Parts: sequence; structure tokens; C-alpha cells
Amino acid sequence: MNVPIMNVPITNVPITAPITAPIQLAQSPAISDWLIFKPNQVHVLSGRVELGQGNLTALLQIAADELDLQIDQVTITGGDTRTTPNEGFTSGSLSITQSGMAIRWAASAARHALVAAAANKLTVSTERISAEAGKFLLDAEPVDLTYWDVIAEVNWGQEVVSLANPKSAATRRLTGVSVPRIDLVERIMGTPFVHDVQMPDMVYGRMIHPPCLGATLKPFDQKKLESRAGVLKVWRNGDMMGLIAESAHSANAACDWAHLKAQWSLPGNAPQDPIAAIRDSKEGVDLIHSAGDMASVSGRSVSHVVSRPYLSHGSIGPSAAIAVFKDDGLEVWSHAQGPFPLRDALAMVLDMPASSIEVIHHPGAGCYGHNGADDVALDAALLAKAFPGKPVKVVWSRADEFRCAPLAPGMVTRLEATLDATHTIQKIDVLVNSAPHGNRPGRNGSPNLRAAAFLDPPLLPSRSQDIPLAGGGGADRNAIPLYAIPNVLVRKRIVHDLPYRTSSMRGLGAHLNVYAIETLMSRLAMESGEDPFDFRLRHLTDERARNVLLALKKMTQHTELSLTGDGVGSGIGFAKYKNTAAYCAILVRVNVQERVRVTHAYAALDGGEIINPDGVINQTEGGMLQALSWTINEAIKFDGPVVATEAWVDYPILAFTDVPAIQVELIAQPNLPPLGCAEAAQGPMAAAIGNAVFNAIGVHVCDMPITHDALVNAVLNN
Amino acid sequence: MTSQLKAIQFCVNGKTVHISEDEASISLLNYLRESLGLTRVRYGCGAGACGACTVVCNGEAVTSCDKILSDLNNADIETPEHLGSAEKTHPIFAALIEHQAVQCGYCISGIAMRVKALLDKEPQPSKQTLDSALDHHLCRCGTHVRIKQALYDLIEIKA
Repeated sequence: MNVPIMNVPITNVPITAPITAPIQLAQSPAISDWLIFKPNQVHVLSGRVELGQGNLTALLQIAADELDLQIDQVTITGGDTRTTPNEGFTSGSLSITQSGMAIRWAASAARHALVAAAANKLTVSTERISAEAGKFLLDAEPVDLTYWDVIAEVNWGQEVVSLANPKSAATRRLTGVSVPRIDLVERIMGTPFVHDVQMPDMVYGRMIHPPCLGATLKPFDQKKLESRAGVLKVWRNGDMMGLIAESAHSANAACDWAHLKAQWSLPGNAPQDPIAAIRDSKEGVDLIHSAGDMASVSGRSVSHVVSRPYLSHGSIGPSAAIAVFKDDGLEVWSHAQGPFPLRDALAMVLDMPASSIEVIHHPGAGCYGHNGADDVALDAALLAKAFPGKPVKVVWSRADEFRCAPLAPGMVTRLEATLDATHTIQKIDVLVNSAPHGNRPGRNGSPNLRAAAFLDPPLLPSRSQDIPLAGGGGADRNAIPLYAIPNVLVRKRIVHDLPYRTSSMRGLGAHLNVYAIETLMSRLAMESGEDPFDFRLRHLTDERARNVLLALKKMTQHTELSLTGDGVGSGIGFAKYKNTAAYCAILVRVNVQERVRVTHAYAALDGGEIINPDGVINQTEGGMLQALSWTINEAIKFDGPVVATEAWVDYPILAFTDVPAIQVELIAQPNLPPLGCAEAAQGPMAAAIGNAVFNAIGVHVCDMPITHDALVNAVLNN
Repeated sequence: MTSQLKAIQFCVNGKTVHISEDEASISLLNYLRESLGLTRVRYGCGAGACGACTVVCNGEAVTSCDKILSDLNNADIETPEHLGSAEKTHPIFAALIEHQAVQCGYCISGIAMRVKALLDKEPQPSKQTLDSALDHHLCRCGTHVRIKQALYDLIEIKA
């Protein structure tokens, strides 16, 4: 394969990583929690799950490198309540920074334990022992002794922190290189998905999901549903009705019939314009961050209000799960992001101990956040409990996926900046209004699984607390500008009073907040008569942030970044994701005619230590293209409290012919800690598009998506 | 009509299959996945809009989710299972692997079948023709650039 060449670091910032133990080791302290030695193999256990982002390959690289093994001597399992550590949700670009570092420490501890055992056996000092591909060397010469000869002499229950001393960056061989994805051949040429799993005696379930939260089922003739071809059982609890059939075809046909026949009473509290309702909400405001004295500053003020509609995660494969209920408990195969939290949420709904439920991660299509994966697992579990002994597979329809899965929240972000006579920003006031982002299963003390809300008695979602800043923030993610501004006020208002079901999607609030800050920065630069790179650099003290912008500038030399008004323009956007993860700067060129076409996109990214450069580039390209689609194409439609979007024709996503040429460059920082990368590009990409559109046509489009209609409205309102 | 239904047969990956009357109203997708176990053909939308379920039917790329078995008498169907073998990876798949051109991979079987049908008819299509063919498919991971580059390289290799 093509191995991307890392460019020479522009500046190696002289920071030494603090030697603190990875937080995962507090809960899973033993070497054996993370590593199992099998004959001629080492098996890694990670609580993180592979969602198509390539994290398990990178985790395996870390283990192999630290253990002086080759890639093919190591295997890995992700997210399985039967065997792996509990690492919560695979979210927030934390697989490498958390699980990866725990595995690095565990592998280091294992290596030290093995070397000590070998030294003991050979009655030499440990300094004389090294290893290559699992074979020990004595004074760098081969000896007839391997890891597997001494594994019985190691206490694998030892604490990782007592032995670990990970290698220095200079001695790593298998990290920082583009090892091909371990799961990719199966994904291209096999049947890796939970949808594809066949088991003996399998039956096929479907739930007739009510159209929205609060809907109640009017009288329904269950006998007629039971008599549909192939139906084995109809199940009902409260307003939730489901069926089990002998084939997927008969389950789907019966479910379609039931949807046609079912009549629902709907709640009547939906706004005409959900984004206007979010904008105008009077719900309480939380202070997120303040610095300086806002009242002390006066000068020229510029304000800016931007919005994003509700979005769909839009997985290409609708959510699916398999569950089987036996005497000794429940087993669930699921592509959810958090097998352990899903187990706890299922236990809550099914009123059984979590210890009698196992959740086994099995791949699905990419989810991009909290989609229907957990919900369909409850559907399968409820039906499996009603039909014990048989594996029940449930695959949602496309309409289920759009209508029933949690949506990405609609948002409105307001900014006001005040500048002094030198065109320097002296204060900024940020207020984010948003529907809730933090409704993952179990998060607010309720299961947050869709079917649970319709049972008798219902288990309704608790009031969302959003996600605290320590966890990266939810609505307020990236709402605090990274720029050196002396007086800052950042607040958020979580808007609960809307009937739609929302939760986390890739980037959370960062998509709109970075759009807000970065389109304002470019606007202020233009009004100050300054180059947008220079204006940002003048407001940045973080060296790595500056370097990423300079790297982008170098990549895109001579690109005109001012208003052309002739339909072709370029713009930039920058953010440090969550203000704690990767730095990413993006420049795009657009051609705006009846609609926006992004023709070129360039990204520079500093992700600290990069384990797999091609993996990071793949994630960055994907983040850019997904954000492009969100920003110019996508909006969920509602009909009262019901999601009206049911099919791709209602929700056009990026087409192959609309894909720009992309170039991504990574800044090598092998001596620095890894920073989460997979969600770094979304905010900067959106902002770069907004700024490029302004330079192309001379108007700010404040409300996403930047469709033909939005362009026309922006021009008319200008 | 009933006697015609009884006579339905078609070919899947070179083997003739006979369809019973009960099965005549099943979608080709469900039949391939559930009855024949050809699960590399994937369900995505059920409306022919995303391309995940694409197979080759009489030399044309078609979505299988919106085709009914009763309409397929004497058709010749190819699925991803028919591309290459365990010993010899099909060039389309080899190119995709070489370029690490998926993230989740759910869309890729259908894309491979569309490209197979195109290249069988037109071994060196223009980039525009290839891109237009790909517009029958949706990818959500944002792996479009890699998929396109893998296929461009494949075609140039063939040339």
C-alpha cells in the first residue's frame, strides 16, 4: 500500500509528556486485564470497539511494538463484556489516548515481567536480555528461549503500574507507520456485520416503533397481525408492539402491514420552526467559562448568529442486533459504541442483574456517534425474552433509522466580539443554545433506549445534563475560543422543551461552534483589512496552533483568501478539537453557482504522536467529507413531533461527483502524547466552507445547510 | 399467471435456482441473503437509493432490494461472492485493499458490483463515466476519495 510520508516537523515543541499512568489502569489494573498469552500469540483485550475507524489496528500496533513482537503475532478483541476491560463508550476520539496508552503500559509491564523470567531462567542479569519477535536474545545473540517458554513463570495478575516503563519514541518500530488495517480484507471481501450472522434456529424480529416519543397506540387487532404469513408471535407491552417471524422477509412484510394499520395518538407540543424555538428559548443558561472583566471593554462590536438544523447520523446500514435468552441469562450481539453501558441499560429495562447479561461487540456499518445501535439491541432483547431459547435478529428499516434513532441536535450559536483600535479582539461573548447532546444509554440515570419509553410502566429518558467540559463538553464543545482574548464569557442553554430525541454525533457542538468562531474570525480579519492567516496568528499564543496554521499556509501558497465575488473563493478554518485533542487547519476552494461545490480541500493536522499515519489521514479525509455533507446538504425534516425524513430522497448526502480533491498533511510529533484525531476536521471544514462561500459571493450564510435556498435567502437578506 | 410463477428459474453465480410460488414475491435481496446465504449483498434502504445491495443482472448493475423474484425469470445474476476466488483476489477488490479504501466497508460490495458491470462493458471508461456510475452509491464514512483513486488506478493499470 501507499505509505504516506510524514513531513518534517516545523517545530518540535520541547514538551516532555508527563509520566502519569493511563486512567483506565485504575479500574483494570492487572496485566491479565489487557493481555493474554496464547501459544505463539499474544491476545490484546480492549474495551474500545472497531467502528470502521481503524482503532483496533492502531491498538494492536502499540501492543506489538512495546512487546517486541511482529504484527502477525498479536491479535485483539474489542468491547466484549465477557472478556475485555470496561472502557465505557468508544467516543470522543479517545481510543488511542486512553485505551492505547493503557495497552502500551500493560505491554511494557508484560515485557519487563517476561525479561525478568528469562533472566531468572538463564541466571543472568536482566540488562543482558532483549527480545525480537518473541525470541529472547542474550547479549544480543540468539538463545533457545521464547516468551512462551517462560509464560508459566510470570504472575499475570501483577499490577501494570508496578512494572511498566514504556519505550522512548526513538526505539519504537511499529508505531508511526502505516500498517494495513487488520479488519479491512474481511470488510471488503467478507461478511463481517452483525446483519450477516446466521445461527441455528434463528428467528427474525421487528418492533412497530411508535412515530415519536409520547405517542400512544390506538386499539389494534393483534390477531390479524398474528395471522400474517410467517409470523410466529406478536408481543405487546404498553404502546410497544413487536413480532417474531420465521424469516426476515416475513418479519419485514408483517411489520410493514402493521405500520399501515397502526393508528397513533400524538403529543401536541411541537413548534412550527424547531431552530427558531431553540434560538428563542428562555430556558436556563449555564456559565461555562469566564475570564477578565467583560464590562471593562468598549470598542467596535461585531455580532454573529449561526445555526445548524437537526441532522441524522445516516449510517448506510440500518441498526441491527441479535439476542438470545437462555436459562442462564441474555446474550446480545451488537454494534453499539459501549457494550458495558448497553449491558447496564438493558439490565435496567429488563429488570435483571447486569451480571446475567453479556454484550458482544460485532461490527455494523459506521455509526458516527449514538445512532440506533443501542435501541435495536433492546428491541432484540425484549423479543428474545418473549421467545426464549432462539436467537432473535432484528434489523431496522431505513425509515426506522431516520425516524427512531437519536438525532444530532439542532443548535444556534451567538457571538459578539469587541475590537480595539488596533483591530485586536479585546472581548468575546459566546452563547450556545442547543438541544441536548448527552443522552447515551445510562448517561442521565435512565436507559435512553427507545422502546423503553413505551413500555408499561414506561422508562422515560431523564432530563439531559449535557456533557461537562471535563468530558469535552456537549453543546459547548469548542465554544471557548482558543485565541488569546483577555475578556471572555461563554455560556450554554440546553433546550429541553422540544419533543425530539437527540444525542451525540461526531464532534457534538464543535461542528457549529467552530463554524461560528471561525467565520467570525475571517469576517473580522476582512473588516480589519488583514490576511485571515495573519489575523488568527496575531491572536494565537499556542505554538502548535500557530504551526498548524503555518503548515496549511505553506501547503496552499498563493491561494487568494479575499472576496472575489465571482463565484470562486477560498476560505480557512481552524480548531484544536475539544481544546484538548488534535489541532487541525483546513482551506477549501469553492465554486458557487446554483449551489456550493467544494473543488479542493487541504488539511494540516497535529495529532501528537501518530500511531498509524494512513489511519489518521483516512479519518481526516472522512471527517472533512462528512462535515462537507452536513454543512451544505443535510437537514432533518419534521411533521409536528414526528421525524418526517424517512428515506435518502428526503435526506441527500454527499454524492461521489461532489467530492473535492483532498490533501492531508500530518505534522510529526513522535515525542508528544497522542491526541484524538478522528473528529478534529469537522468544525474547521464547516468553517472553511462558510468562509470560502463568503469570498465567492460576498454574503455570509449563517444558517446551515448552505443549500441553493440558503444562498438565495442570504443574498436577498444581505 | 400461477403457472408462469411455477416456472420461474434464474441463474445465480452460474448455478440455476428454481423459485417456488411462495417465494415469487420476495425481493431479490432477501432471497440472496436469506435463502442462498449470499450475505455480501447488503440491505441499506430497500428503495434502490443507496446502492449497497447492487448485483449484476444480465450484465447490468441493478439494486436487488427493489426487484421481485417473479420479474427475474431466466435472469443471470452475479453477486460479490462471484468476484475472484480465495486463491485469486479480483482486481477490483485488490485495488480497494491496496488503497485501504474503506472505513466501515458497508457500501463497498455494491460499488464493486457496479464497477464490475461497467468494466465488463467498457474496460477503460472515462473518469466522468466512472464517477457517474458511482453516483448510484452512497458512502457515509467519507471514503469517496480513496474509492475513486483505487478505481482510477485500476483502470490505468488495465490500460
